[in-house]
Amino acid sequence: MTLVRFLATRLATLAFVLLAVSFLTYALFVLLPADPAQLACGRPCTPERLETARAFMGLDKPVVEQWWDFLRGVFAGRTFGSANATLTCPSPCLGYSFVRNAPVTELILGRFPVTASIAVGAAVLWLVVGVGAGVVAAVRRGTALDRGLMIAAITGVSAPSYLVGLLGILLFGFTLDMVPVSGYVPFATSPVDWAWHLVLPWTVLALLSAAIYTRLTRSQMLEELGSPYVRTARAKGLSERRVVTRHALRNAAVPVVTLFALDLGVLLGGTVITERVFSMPGLGALLMEAVGATDVPLLVGVTVFTAALVVVANLAVDVVHGALDPRVRHGGSSR
Amino acid sequence: MSIDRSAEVVGPAAPAVTRGVTGSPGGRAPLWRRLARDRFALAGGVVVVAYALVALAAPLVTHALGVDPYTYDLDALGPTGAPAGPAGGISAEHWFGVEPLTGRDLLAVVVMGSRTSLLVGLGATVVSMVVGTVLGLVAGYFGGWVDWVVARLIDVLVGLPALVFMIAIGAVAPGWFPRLLLLVLVIGLFGWSSIARVVRGQTMALRSAGFVRASRALGASPAHVLFRQVLPNLAATIVVFTTISIPGAIGAEAALSFLGVGVPPPTPSWGRSIGDAVTWFSVDPVYLLFPGLALFGITLAFNAFGDGLRDALDPRSAAPRRRKGGAR
Repeated sequence: MTLVRFLATRLATLAFVLLAVSFLTYALFVLLPADPAQLACGRPCTPERLETARAFMGLDKPVVEQWWDFLRGVFAGRTFGSANATLTCPSPCLGYSFVRNAPVTELILGRFPVTASIAVGAAVLWLVVGVGAGVVAAVRRGTALDRGLMIAAITGVSAPSYLVGLLGILLFGFTLDMVPVSGYVPFATSPVDWAWHLVLPWTVLALLSAAIYTRLTRSQMLEELGSPYVRTARAKGLSERRVVTRHALRNAAVPVVTLFALDLGVLLGGTVITERVFSMPGLGALLMEAVGATDVPLLVGVTVFTAALVVVANLAVDVVHGALDPRVRHGGSSR
Repeated sequence: MSIDRSAEVVGPAAPAVTRGVTGSPGGRAPLWRRLARDRFALAGGVVVVAYALVALAAPLVTHALGVDPYTYDLDALGPTGAPAGPAGGISAEHWFGVEPLTGRDLLAVVVMGSRTSLLVGLGATVVSMVVGTVLGLVAGYFGGWVDWVVARLIDVLVGLPALVFMIAIGAVAPGWFPRLLLLVLVIGLFGWSSIARVVRGQTMALRSAGFVRASRALGASPAHVLFRQVLPNLAATIVVFTTISIPGAIGAEAALSFLGVGVPPPTPSWGRSIGDAVTWFSVDPVYLLFPGLALFGITLAFNAFGDGLRDALDPRSAAPRRRKGGAR
């Protein structure tokens, strides 16, 4: 299979998954008994007013048609209501929040920088710490250092992030008064304050996620270090440092990069728990606010947006993999 | 992948397995012998058993200690609603202190909370294992369009942001639906993809094995072949996956309860206590401590035990690898 054909197959899968995810989200929330029209109708809510509200929001149509309207809205924008009273939602329209009286896309984009700041900063940190510790543990296999790192890693994997976050706030925020304990300052306002507010969330998120990367890197490295090409490299007289970094790590990195892309995709879609602990107004907080207000269009919009990020991350992984490893393109190896 | 993910995605993550575990390789020492040599894993196993006993006997334990998780004790509170006295109201009467606002005994809440955690953790894992194993067996054995459908199902499941979906479902589910059952189903149904993939792979390998071909030639039905011939050979894999999935499911319940969309009050739940502690912890940080330690303890114990079990069953891998890293 050529690379082009491989990409085409993956793109088709991507489109299919996105369609299925959006439909699932849509059907689920429309079928469930939280009725946005009922909420917007006000009191007293006469049956006529309820009908008007439903028609205005497009909820009077069958689910499949509503879903189709939603999809069309993403590309072409949407207009709610009819001649005398209309609301426009420009493309890409992910729905309209009648509770907040604003297009969902606008709401999401307003919050995205916060989540992206948390996610990207933490991701860089955990990649460096996790891979570093994993390589050290693999090279020093069987020593007390290796054992200690592995126990630290399993402890990190087991610790709930909110618990560690709260303890971090207690220690570094309240007791030592070193860092601010909550809130977000936009990068454009003050890069220093921005970073200062994010130090604690980054550290907490990164340390716990690093544990998984440490374990993955270690096992991958052990496998590579035991393989014939590493023996050859050593036999050639290369320095151990060069064997480890240039040969083994390069090959061990493939699954690590895969996991990294997937994790980043998930995190960009909302660091719900971290945002709650550190009171940061990101996508996760938006989702929780939508939950609190039973804002169904906003729930659907955020869910579909998040799913899109995850699916795109999956695609990125496949493309990078396919480019790096011809066996993947031929549909072989791992299946 | 299963619902286990980095710290953010669904609370504490459980490391998943990449390769399946086949039979009992090595065959030198019996399984329990190899496991007993790993003291870290052994300690994990002991702690898990201890938690299970406490959970099973929770009403007896609270009764014996003379505490009750549903009794309000407003005398134990100060004028602001925070526990009276230092360190969260720890006293001879309330060993772990009391809950702010209600004055419920925290020891009783933590002890009864173990039931919620283990019930949801085990229930959700059973759901994941049954769904994942059956779909994996069927896809691997029949191949063709069945396999295609299962593969696409997994694609969609992996594309769904699990925590976001769980929160949203928890938020809009009808009130009459039992909350604990909802949690078990939601967490379980988001967690079957990794076991399904591994079972599928191993079933494909076993399909052409001699004993399976012989069984088919003798006229056995597909159901007999799958559940009587193939399934027993996957037992080790399923046991390891189960052990490793439980802490992930426990963490998911705690995370959802922490966010306020899990177990509703007054049912005791560690996650919800930690969530409540957020508003109180500048005045009463001790409130956070005991539910937090209980949750951390059980997750760590399961992870340590599962890790050791995996190593004991499959000496090829000194450390677990995460399954979702593989190419698809």
